[in-house]
Amino acid sequence: MESSIIRSENFNAFFGKNHVVKNVNIQIPKNNVVAVMGPSGCGKTTFLRCINRMHELIPGATSEGKMLLNNEDVYEMHPIFTRLKIGMVFQRPNPFPNLSIFENVIAGYSLNGIKLPKKEKERIVEESLTKSALWKEVKDSLHKKGTFLSGGQQQRLCIARAIAMQPEVLLLDEPTSALDPISTSSIEELLFDLKKNFTLIIVTHNMQQAARVSDKTAFFYLGELVEYDETKIMFTNPKDDRTQNYITGRFS
Amino acid sequence: MTQIEIELQQLKDEVRKMWELVSSQMVKSRQALLGFDKDLAREIVSKEKRVNGSELKIDTDCENLFALHSPVAIDLRFVLAVLKINSNLERIGDIAEGIAKHIIYAEHNFKPELLNETKLLEMYQVSIDMLNDSLISFETEDTFLARTIFTKDDILDDINAKANDNLKRYLKTYPDDIDHALYALSIIRKLERVGDQAKNISEEIIFYLEAKVLKHSRKKKIE
Repeated sequence: MESSIIRSENFNAFFGKNHVVKNVNIQIPKNNVVAVMGPSGCGKTTFLRCINRMHELIPGATSEGKMLLNNEDVYEMHPIFTRLKIGMVFQRPNPFPNLSIFENVIAGYSLNGIKLPKKEKERIVEESLTKSALWKEVKDSLHKKGTFLSGGQQQRLCIARAIAMQPEVLLLDEPTSALDPISTSSIEELLFDLKKNFTLIIVTHNMQQAARVSDKTAFFYLGELVEYDETKIMFTNPKDDRTQNYITGRFS
Repeated sequence: MTQIEIELQQLKDEVRKMWELVSSQMVKSRQALLGFDKDLAREIVSKEKRVNGSELKIDTDCENLFALHSPVAIDLRFVLAVLKINSNLERIGDIAEGIAKHIIYAEHNFKPELLNETKLLEMYQVSIDMLNDSLISFETEDTFLARTIFTKDDILDDINAKANDNLKRYLKTYPDDIDHALYALSIIRKLERVGDQAKNISEEIIFYLEAKVLKHSRKKKIE
């Protein structure tokens, strides 16, 4: 049996009185890509942001239940430690505009006041950019600003920045929705490589992307986790009518 | 209706038309055999081109659906099932044509004693019933009816298994009718294959509607 790295138990999230994630129980296996899909407003991004405690940064946002990373409740850890272990990549590439590519990759260390020897920084930068499939393209321009890169390259730089902190889990919130098909394809290929070292949870509106890249898929609707299964099963023989109606485009 | 629903419905209509054409080819081949009607047999051979045309059209429609709509879940199973049903129907069309050619080449009519001894007409009836039942189960999404087809196939298998003995008996009485006995044997084998194709079609209908794979499974029949 696969060991789960993330497990939620009776997890609920709220914006004020608005109950947006309802009693979600899910287990995310290690070194898997798990896609989270569902219509707008179904709570999928909120759930993702609860995993590394980004949700609580919003005024009035609260949560209940357990969110476990390797059987330890992330809500009992220091939030900064949680976010070191559970990195995040957002919809739009957001490299720090005033930092170079090199500085962007190690920003997680410098912003947290962690000082590293020069050689160690260089090793982390090369390793992270290699794992994010960007090293060959930028190795001769590491000290140029990250914003000079294309959209797809900027997103891979953001992935490099996230994995430089050596997280165990990487959360990706619609990471290709602002990218063209070629850049999307390069990010999707990258996910296959990244899952050797990390567990990836990706929120996507693109069902074909979910089908292409993920091992397991979760379908959220009105804040509930309706169905969660192997992606092959979800896209060939979903058990719940709501899942079938959603993925076949017959959702009303 | 969404665009994919419209196109799936159009595909279903195309398959139904091909099914009716193939079924009509089979019915006509029986009529041509019974009435030794060479003109009708030639008509069957000529209409086989339409069966082939339908097959190509349905193949292209499926290809377009995959390329343009990326069907999933029940829609995916439907298109996959249609691709295989299409191929099964085309083979049944080939069989009707093959029987028609036997009628065209035969020198005289088939003796009623030959048809009775070999149970050829019974086979015809069962195979045409199987084809029609499979169409009804496809159109009405009735997997219970689809499962009844597996039982009917046993009748064809049984007649086919006894065909050699039946023909030996017939040839003892009519030793000069060897050519027609051989044609009859060939038709029996062909009708047995129609049963197999109808059975394959039923498996595809059940796969599409219930997501169950019955191919190579022994537990197909209704208990």
